Amino acid sequence: MLTKKVKKRASLLVLFITATAIGAVLILKSLNKNILYFNSPTEIKISEDIDFNKRIRIGGMVKKNTLEITDQEIRFVVTDFKNEIKVSFKGTVPNLFAEEKGVVAEGKLQDKKFFIAERILAKHDENYMPPELKDIKKENVK
Amino acid sequence: MFNLFNNSNIFGLIEVLINFINSIFFALLLVALSFALIFSPPDYLQGDSVRIMYVHVPAAWIGLASFTCISILSILNFLFKIKNFSLMTKSIAPIGLVFTCIAIVTGSIWGQPTWGTFWAWDARITSMVILAIFYLSFIAIHKFVSEESKAIKISSIVAIVGLVNVPIIKYSVEWWSTLHQPASIKITGTSSIHSSMLMPLLLMFFVLILYCALIFLMKYKTEIIRIKKKNLKRL
Repeated sequence: MLTKKVKKRASLLVLFITATAIGAVLILKSLNKNILYFNSPTEIKISEDIDFNKRIRIGGMVKKNTLEITDQEIRFVVTDFKNEIKVSFKGTVPNLFAEEKGVVAEGKLQDKKFFIAERILAKHDENYMPPELKDIKKENVK
Repeated sequence: MFNLFNNSNIFGLIEVLINFINSIFFALLLVALSFALIFSPPDYLQGDSVRIMYVHVPAAWIGLASFTCISILSILNFLFKIKNFSLMTKSIAPIGLVFTCIAIVTGSIWGQPTWGTFWAWDARITSMVILAIFYLSFIAIHKFVSEESKAIKISSIVAIVGLVNVPIIKYSVEWWSTLHQPASIKITGTSSIHSSMLMPLLLMFFVLILYCALIFLMKYKTEIIRIKKKNLKRL
């Protein structure tokens, strides 16, 4: 079954696949920054070339006990548990937006610690469970 | 060794399989759908919109799995020149395309109430769109390249290049920050999806796989008939 022809074709194929894979890796590496859908507060803090006039997205968790909703605006703190950014937003938020849940905010940075959002997206986590179970878990924590 | 792939041998087997799947498919579909849409609990956070997952996740899995199958069959065809494999890839491709599109559309419908947007150009969603483009070009090549051996060659290249995209889709949610959530079901370690939801999900997956098998067999049968009509006794 493994004739000379097959072996020749196999080595050609291996070469082709490796070349394609390496090509893909190189493309993805060079695009790395653009592939990121949002930046975490830590990435904002360490990056040096921030364009304050450009719309960017930041993401992380809504910090506990920081969500303030007034009739003017919504304020909260986005955290990645190392660094934080304050966010101010006017408008409606999606259903899943809540404290201690993931959030992605689109808008402009005022400075490295303050962000004015034009759009809020909620980031859902990978946990799926029925509501009764959630209540049981809460009681256990208490 | 490859006598098994002889047309007249397969033809009878295909008939039997089609009849068998036809006899159990609708009953199983009813059971799976009633579990997914009625008996399974709503999610603690999303409520009833979690039910879209029961179509979305299996569709995405099938989209990925079909492309992997096409790539592997293309590789085997290239190595051993078994023309039957190219008939198989030709029969799988439309199924994969349809399920990839279903995954994209249901995901978009789910995204509006939960994320707050229909569309986001994040790594997972973009790589799924690229998968759909690979499927489209694979099918288009078979449609528009009239010389068959040429069509098989070019489409094999597309399938093998597209294989690189499959792990990118799988790991996109881990390598980059995306709006799409990471995988809930892990092969190793505990899944972060409750068993009362996992069960209908796997059931739906099984039923949709059966559906794929049915469509594949019917399509494969037509391909064989088409070859027979050309008066070729063997491939």
